[in-house]
Amino acid sequence: MTEFLQQLVNGVSLGAIFALIALGYTMVYGVLRFINFAHSEVFMVGAFTGYFIGQHVPAHSMSGGLLALAGAMAASAVLGIVIERLAYRPLRGAPTLNVLITAIGVSLLLQNLAQYFWGATPRPYPELFPAANYNLGGIVVSSNQVTVVVVTLALLLALRFIVLRTKIGTAMRALSLNPKAAALVGINIDVVISFTFGLGSALAAAGGVLYALNYPSIDPIMGTLPGLKAFVAAVLGGIGNIPGAALGGLLLGVIETFVNGSEWSTYKDAIAFAVLILILLFRPAGLLGRFTVEKV
Amino acid sequence: MLEVTDLSVSYGAISALGGISFSIEAGSIVTLIGANGAGKTTTLRALSGLVRAKGGRVTFAGADITNLAPHRIVARGLCHVPEGRMIFSNLTVDENLAMGAYLQKDQARIATNRDYVFGIFPRLQERLLQPAGTLSGGEQQMLAIGRALMGNPKLLMLDEPSLGIAPKLIRTIFEKIVEINRRHGVTILLVEQNANLALEISHRAFVLETGRIVMAGESRTLRANPELKAAYLGG
Ligand SMILES: Nc1ncnc2c1ncn2[C@@H]1O[C@H](COP(=O)(O)OP(=O)(O)O)[C@@H](O)[C@H]1O
Ligand SMILES: [Mg+2]
Repeated sequence: MTEFLQQLVNGVSLGAIFALIALGYTMVYGVLRFINFAHSEVFMVGAFTGYFIGQHVPAHSMSGGLLALAGAMAASAVLGIVIERLAYRPLRGAPTLNVLITAIGVSLLLQNLAQYFWGATPRPYPELFPAANYNLGGIVVSSNQVTVVVVTLALLLALRFIVLRTKIGTAMRALSLNPKAAALVGINIDVVISFTFGLGSALAAAGGVLYALNYPSIDPIMGTLPGLKAFVAAVLGGIGNIPGAALGGLLLGVIETFVNGSEWSTYKDAIAFAVLILILLFRPAGLLGRFTVEKV
Repeated sequence: MLEVTDLSVSYGAISALGGISFSIEAGSIVTLIGANGAGKTTTLRALSGLVRAKGGRVTFAGADITNLAPHRIVARGLCHVPEGRMIFSNLTVDENLAMGAYLQKDQARIATNRDYVFGIFPRLQERLLQPAGTLSGGEQQMLAIGRALMGNPKLLMLDEPSLGIAPKLIRTIFEKIVEINRRHGVTILLVEQNANLALEISHRAFVLETGRIVMAGESRTLRANPELKAAYLGG
């Protein structure tokens, strides 16, 4: 039982990070109907930004940690907006395949730029937040895991507020439902798309910093695997569906952690893809997704 | 109020509008009739910026609006209720109306506009918190018109508001269109396949045939035109 609960705790804190990344995939898909494969590099750049800020703030401090987190989110938001502006906007209206290939190109470009400027050697991540381990009746919870869960919850609540209660959030939903109608009520589509990229990228950066805190070294290709898994999480939840991405991330983190703790631990990275195949076979719309039919 | 000069539109290599010219006087109801595929929807789309004009010029309220982005055209008071209604189905009726007022900054004005919309379509008020996709076809059309009215239109363009609506409700919708024009002074450009009804409520009409205007005049006169009768008014 303790063993089970311990795995669950570990799984939830990993899943929270997948959820943060998955949200960006799903929101961008919602407004543009394509998968932004450069999202995993936005996650990586977020982790690096947190690293560099970490060199200038006191270690083991709440304010320093939050500053690194906020700085990483801001930098990645700008990066996401710039990527959309320069790489995707000129292709608006082009076949999806062209945009997907461009996304993969942007992803490789960012990886190579990061290697050029920051080198390929993994760097140990600074201990940004106060570190401690709590023993709760045999279950060990690290303060970093608590940070992951608390920060993720706070961000999910903020996101929920933005999407459901603000004008720009409603415009995002309107755009994903019907771009033409959105344009006809006066929504500036470009602004909403930029906003969506900024928002999704900020969440990925938070995911990047939190991931690096728990798997404490970073390198330019660190985004690839978590990025792919988060993409699977978004599909699992139903691509385009925001609560679905959060749920999918959480589930995938828990599943992976349990597999990792079993005799099949060698397959822990493969499990995400097994999940992807199963979902595509049995429930292609994802857990919370549905094929919406417009009344005519 | 609106001046269209030699407007042409192509979808790829296919020409959909071959240079049409017409104008609309402030305060009037003008109807554009024509068979399926004649280019009516394309005309409205070009006016509201959804498709690019290949050639020609559109002036609205004295300014050139040719090929402006749709949100800039809406901002000037040219609002388009699209074919098939295109309401935001997963958003509530309330949110749909709020999106209609996207460019309005004045909260008091937005509140007045809501009351005005509820005055015209009381049913929308009863369904305020319902997802728009659960409304009946007629109610969705009311919402689509209400949403456009939230944007303070000077000229309202309606694309086949009678399409897919219970016959009983079609009358009501047309009466509301007249009310919007008479009582609230909104100029109206109405696209319809139901030519009888459209000619009944409009002041002027244009007949479109494969991307060209083939007939134009006062609706009263056109209703008596034998050629038109044979082609569009069921004999
Ligand atoms: N998105 C499109 N792509 C290609 N051709 C189109 C498109 N929309 C309309 N057309 C063509 O343009 C012509 C005019 O269509 P449309 O404006 O929808 O006519 P109407 O509204 O009068 O029925 C038709 O021949 C139609 O097939
Ligand atoms: Mg049409």
